[in-house]
Amino acid sequence: MFSGFMLNAWESGTLVAIVAGIVGFFVVLRGSAFPAHAIPNGAFAGAAGANLIGINPLLGLGLFSLLAALGIGSWGRRGRPDVVTALALVLMLALGAAFLSQSSAYEPEIYALLFGEILGVSSAQLVPLVVLGAICAIVIAVLYRPLLVTSLIPDVAAAHGMSTTTIDTTFLIIVAMATTMTVPVVGALLIFTLMMGPPAAARSLSSRPSLALGLSVVIALGVMWASIASAFQWNWPVGFFVGTYSAIAYAIARLISLRPTTRTRTLYRAHTH
Amino acid sequence: MRFLFAPGFASSGPVHVALALGAMVAIVSALVGVFTVVRSQSFAGHALTDVATAGGAGAGYLGVNALAGFVVGSLAGGVAMETIGVQRVRSRDVATGIVLGAATGCSALFFYLEANTGSTTGSTQRILFGSLFEVAPGTLPVVGLLGVATVGALVCIGRALLLSSVSPEMATVGGIATRSVSVIFMLTLAVSVGLSSVAIGAILSTALLIGPAASALRLARTMRGALVLASVLGVVATSLGVLLAYDSYNWSSRHAPLPVSFFVVVIVVATYALTYVPVLRRRAMTGRS
Amino acid sequence: MTTTPTSHSLVPVLEVDDVSVTFGGRAVLDHVSFEIAPGEFTGLIGSNGVGKTTLLRVILGLQKTTSGTVRVLGQPLRHRSRSLGYVPQKVILDPDVPLRARDLVALGLDAHRFGLRRRSREDKNRVEEMLDAVDARGFADARVGSLSGGEQQRVLIAHALISRPSLLLLDEPLANLDPKSVQEIVALLHRVSVQHDVAVLLSAHEMNALLPVMDRIVYVTNGKAASGTTEEVVRTDVLSELYGHHVDVLQLHGRVLVVAEPSADTDHLPSHATLHLD
Repeated sequence: MFSGFMLNAWESGTLVAIVAGIVGFFVVLRGSAFPAHAIPNGAFAGAAGANLIGINPLLGLGLFSLLAALGIGSWGRRGRPDVVTALALVLMLALGAAFLSQSSAYEPEIYALLFGEILGVSSAQLVPLVVLGAICAIVIAVLYRPLLVTSLIPDVAAAHGMSTTTIDTTFLIIVAMATTMTVPVVGALLIFTLMMGPPAAARSLSSRPSLALGLSVVIALGVMWASIASAFQWNWPVGFFVGTYSAIAYAIARLISLRPTTRTRTLYRAHTH
Repeated sequence: MRFLFAPGFASSGPVHVALALGAMVAIVSALVGVFTVVRSQSFAGHALTDVATAGGAGAGYLGVNALAGFVVGSLAGGVAMETIGVQRVRSRDVATGIVLGAATGCSALFFYLEANTGSTTGSTQRILFGSLFEVAPGTLPVVGLLGVATVGALVCIGRALLLSSVSPEMATVGGIATRSVSVIFMLTLAVSVGLSSVAIGAILSTALLIGPAASALRLARTMRGALVLASVLGVVATSLGVLLAYDSYNWSSRHAPLPVSFFVVVIVVATYALTYVPVLRRRAMTGRS
Repeated sequence: MTTTPTSHSLVPVLEVDDVSVTFGGRAVLDHVSFEIAPGEFTGLIGSNGVGKTTLLRVILGLQKTTSGTVRVLGQPLRHRSRSLGYVPQKVILDPDVPLRARDLVALGLDAHRFGLRRRSREDKNRVEEMLDAVDARGFADARVGSLSGGEQQRVLIAHALISRPSLLLLDEPLANLDPKSVQEIVALLHRVSVQHDVAVLLSAHEMNALLPVMDRIVYVTNGKAASGTTEEVVRTDVLSELYGHHVDVLQLHGRVLVVAEPSADTDHLPSHATLHLD
């Protein structure tokens, strides 16, 4: 399980899980679940388009997810955010479908774009993975406190002179970057799962941001490694295991956190008849 | 006329089916969609399409009727979301995301299994993006029946749904069983998604659900007006989509038509964008004397 | 605590009987009892956090009691009995929803009914009547989400009133209003109460604006309550007993001032400690 092409799978999977765990933590914190689901779909369209013209899919991926992020960010502010996100999502998917219909692409290609091909990742693909991942991590490290403050108490943040608009846009761009690097590996539809389940599980287990962030990465890694191993063992797609194990991790974390221990929890439950 | 309607359009059997099915599905989606947007449940609506995809993929693998797969999958997702569902919006989104993720994983599995049994080609494309021209005519009555049932349920709870969307507390004190209303709505949403998946594919049925509804809400003065307008916009989108898709066969020498779903989505998004043109908007905002 | 008995020939609109609510060891409401007669205008007065909202929620059936009962028109409050009208403190009304003021008012009549029966002429007349009662004719066709706070409040009152409840409950309707608006809304509520023969119970943390119209005051502090007319309740001896330490009640220019001694425990310093000049 640990030799040859599998090595690439382990390495890329690890990188993806780390990035997903970190970015996902903020996605859950900021309630940006829907945009985080929509932006990878922009990536799908970009890859399909790039495929059609014959350029490097990564360029298409990057460009389209960036456009999606900026579009959702700016128009979401003017209109109803959830409506704009939904329409941007389907528009991207429709474009992707149109591109595919014109390029006489067949099943495996669509499948790969949407669900990923982690077992087919080549060594060459690892380099952009590392680079983009590093950029994401650095940006988040630099913006850690502003991100926390604007997510948790936006009004106070404004008083501190932080532009929530700038931070919002920057964050969506980070999601776009994370998307670009991860879609070739786990696919457009599944990167979202990694950005949801492990961070949500981590948040149920700890209220301290730094600890929750760490847990988020740890759980994401756990889910990813278990999924790769399972995929190797049973020959079923990695994506299936990622989805299932993420849900299980979340369920376990919720159950653990529901134990009636502290007074505050009792108070909360009493207030919500 | 020849320029607009490609040869054979009016007499083609599959076209008639496509138009009829598209219209039926558009109306149901639009009506449910208006309430979906009012309740800010667009994400849940979209998540259901992904669960419907899993259902459709599963049906494809098991060789079961696709419509059944879409509807059953969607209903299961709806029930799951209502069960896990939490009151606060953010927790609700997380729960939705988890269900979505698990469903997507199942889709991955079913598509893979089906591809490996080597049977039908192009089924992934069909399930995801729809194949309105290839639907069996026998599907029409079933969709019609389910559609009528769904709209009927919506009519029953319509006013209660509206008030509980505005203020759950006021609704409760006013004698409404808000939880039941919420669950029934989720079920109508699920069935609606299942039905439109057959027409334009699971992933894109969000467009028919949200687009016409959102546009109508921006333009209409009353809820009744919004419901009517949304239905009209939806039917226009699907009909025009069918027409353009049919025509697109002739657009390039390669004779590779663009999918109906693509046109429907573009029309729906363009319509929504148009509602931001100021002159159209002014109509809706008056009301003071 | 002190209670003025209601007229025995009429069933009280509301009977709160020895109600207690305990959260995590803390008594948010502590053996609260009072009655409201039909048509009575009652102010539920107390600072923030003393239990007013909890009490309202108990009466509405949104909160379970640890002990004690609530009866509306002699019957225990059942789900869907619809004998109460409710105006919440804050309702977020979405400006994107095409719901006109008159539509929201009309929903007060039939939101609980199945189906989409067309509203009868009688129903429509009743909607007009309600809009008149709260002076909302001028913006009846505007979207509720585009109304000002005061306008929205009046629409919510009409919505609560249209089903002819016996008791209208309002949660902090006077909070965040300027003095002129406070006067207007108090006058409106009084007028509505008299013209439509409905009892009113509203919570507030300042009693002075209500002095001219209140038939009864339920004064709450620390989870405990005293009920009666203002003459009976707003007195040094009664309030001192309620607070558990000495307070002085002063009357100045027709206004009431409740002042605690500086050395006393100031945990629940009443907010009427500031003098309202008009």
